[in-house]
Amino acid sequence: MAEPNTYRAGPDDHGHFGMFGGRYVAETLMPLILELEKAYGAARKDPGFAAELDYYFRDYVGRPSPLYLAARLTARFGGAKVYLKRDELNHTGAHKINNCIGQILLARRMGKTRIIAETGAGQHGVAAATVAALFDLPCIVYMGEVDIARQEPNVFRMKLLGAEVRPVSSGSRTLKDAMNEALRDWVTNVEDTFYIIGTVAGPHPYPEMVRDFQSVIGREARAQMMEREGRLPDTLIACIGGGSNAMGLFHPFLDDPDVAMIGVEAGGKGVETDAHAASLAGGRPGVLHGNRTYLLQDGDGQILEAHSISAGLDYPGIGPEHSWLRDQGRVEYVSATDAEALEAFQLCSRLEGIIPALEPSHALAHVAKIAPGLAKDHIILMNMCGRGDKDIFTVADAIGVKL
Amino acid sequence: MSGRIAARFAQLKAEGRAGFVAFLTAGDPDHETSAAIVEGLPAAGADLIELGMPFSDPMADGPSIQASSLRALRAGASLRNTIELVRGFRNRNNETPVVLMGYFNPIFRYGVDAFIGDAVAAGIDGLIIVDLPPEEDEDLCLPALKAGLNFIRLAAPTTDETRLPRVLANTSGFVYYVSIRGITGAASPDIASVGESVARIKRHTVLPVAVGFGIRTPEQVADIAAVADAVVVGSAIVDVVANGLDANGKAGPSLVEEVLGLVRSLAAGVRNAPVERKAG
Repeated sequence: MAEPNTYRAGPDDHGHFGMFGGRYVAETLMPLILELEKAYGAARKDPGFAAELDYYFRDYVGRPSPLYLAARLTARFGGAKVYLKRDELNHTGAHKINNCIGQILLARRMGKTRIIAETGAGQHGVAAATVAALFDLPCIVYMGEVDIARQEPNVFRMKLLGAEVRPVSSGSRTLKDAMNEALRDWVTNVEDTFYIIGTVAGPHPYPEMVRDFQSVIGREARAQMMEREGRLPDTLIACIGGGSNAMGLFHPFLDDPDVAMIGVEAGGKGVETDAHAASLAGGRPGVLHGNRTYLLQDGDGQILEAHSISAGLDYPGIGPEHSWLRDQGRVEYVSATDAEALEAFQLCSRLEGIIPALEPSHALAHVAKIAPGLAKDHIILMNMCGRGDKDIFTVADAIGVKL
Repeated sequence: MSGRIAARFAQLKAEGRAGFVAFLTAGDPDHETSAAIVEGLPAAGADLIELGMPFSDPMADGPSIQASSLRALRAGASLRNTIELVRGFRNRNNETPVVLMGYFNPIFRYGVDAFIGDAVAAGIDGLIIVDLPPEEDEDLCLPALKAGLNFIRLAAPTTDETRLPRVLANTSGFVYYVSIRGITGAASPDIASVGESVARIKRHTVLPVAVGFGIRTPEQVADIAAVADAVVVGSAIVDVVANGLDANGKAGPSLVEEVLGLVRSLAAGVRNAPVERKAG
């Protein structure tokens, strides 16, 4: 395959990243998807929209998020210098709010009066409920029953914010089923409803749009790193469920050939078992939720249930742009297991005083694997995309502590 | 192009009535029972048969068809078995059109070329793929049409006048009008607006227009039959399958007969429709 002269031009006019992406939705939704594409195309060219976005990013979300040299983790690993992009310090505690601000501003431009969202860990649900409260719009969040049980604090947060949390009891009762149910709601309420998808997946233009809103992470990190070190980082590392935080960090660096990038999927109990959520390591291309991408599926094309200790990574698919970047060889994709993530979770808490979410704990687990073997002037930049308060019950349970 | 669909609609036109399309999920509640129901459908009054291809994540379907899809998968349904079911039916019936309805991923996994070849060989007449809008025609629609399989497109209440030609461009066999904004088996359609929409579609195409989603009773069938060329019922039929299961989830002794009984009463709806049908 010929190397493209840029990795940042996608998707094409039909929403494809190579063979991935696209618009695989029911006809009822198609006119709306086209309207959304048009509205987003106009918004991204409008300086007024950018100014509005910047205002909320700065004064409401608290951007820019700091770039932090994790000195004690660096000393412990004894190799590469480890920087953390502190997106866990954002309002609502994760990177999800970046995208929600962008999408709700677009919803308002389009005159939509009702918000729906799906959520796994609850971080996207909380972020969607937050912006819906901010702009006084009713908000319904679909969440699998399994996830409701393991993310109680976030369920209560969403309710406090005025959202209605609708439990989803179909299928595996996790994120993929919540997304099915949100799509069913959308198809029923197309006229007034805006569907805030939480990751870089779904029908075009969502993968592109969510990536653009999340790219603030990479743009800031790039400038901060230049200021701090006078050069770009050597390696970027981020965890991947659907892949929005990783896409947001990676995208501004894709055309810098000296910057290596590693996406860390959730290996669950091991990618050699059938209990993991590593769509790239263990999946094959398929079509689900509006796009073609790598999916965990059986030989008949039935979607398999994913497993991860982290509800936010517990999804059998991945954003289509990641599938393309993997096939291009531009980004390396690896995995970390539940056990490795739990260890990294505790290490980071003790050494840096930062309780990470279980999602970026997967990324940190990979940093722990490679940093010791790298030179001391090698710079790793890891996206600390969420904080771990929501995970304390899951972690306590996993390490045998009764709260 | 497979001629069974065209021949059936020509015959219906000659009889001066709308057709009845019965939807079942292939392999629900198990392969043998499902095959027995399909076998009995023509005599029970189904003019066309629509077989759902079970999928783990049926995004456009309501609870009834979701549940039927999962029952079928638990009983070992697969796309291969669905094709086999039609092949078996074709050995005994060469007139009643059979169309498959479902989602793209199982076909994609099967391999598009292999699927088209096997479908044609089994005597399948057409495909209705919910998540393949005209924007993605190259995946399956164009190769299927080339191989002689009808590609039946869904038109929705949201499909406006400017988009309609695009939706109809590569459609063949008939057009399937989705009578409500929503998922299968949800709200009841409003007859007057369905009539207007069917008339609107007919201004753009000579193809017959079938109407489905949310139609449950013989009375509704009769009402829709007065304004459309065919009426599709699905959720109400698979609900009878669900109710005919024993405590272990296996087909009860009277399940096949109960399903066919409902089909008979629904099919009577197209034969008792008011005679204010518009020509053409």
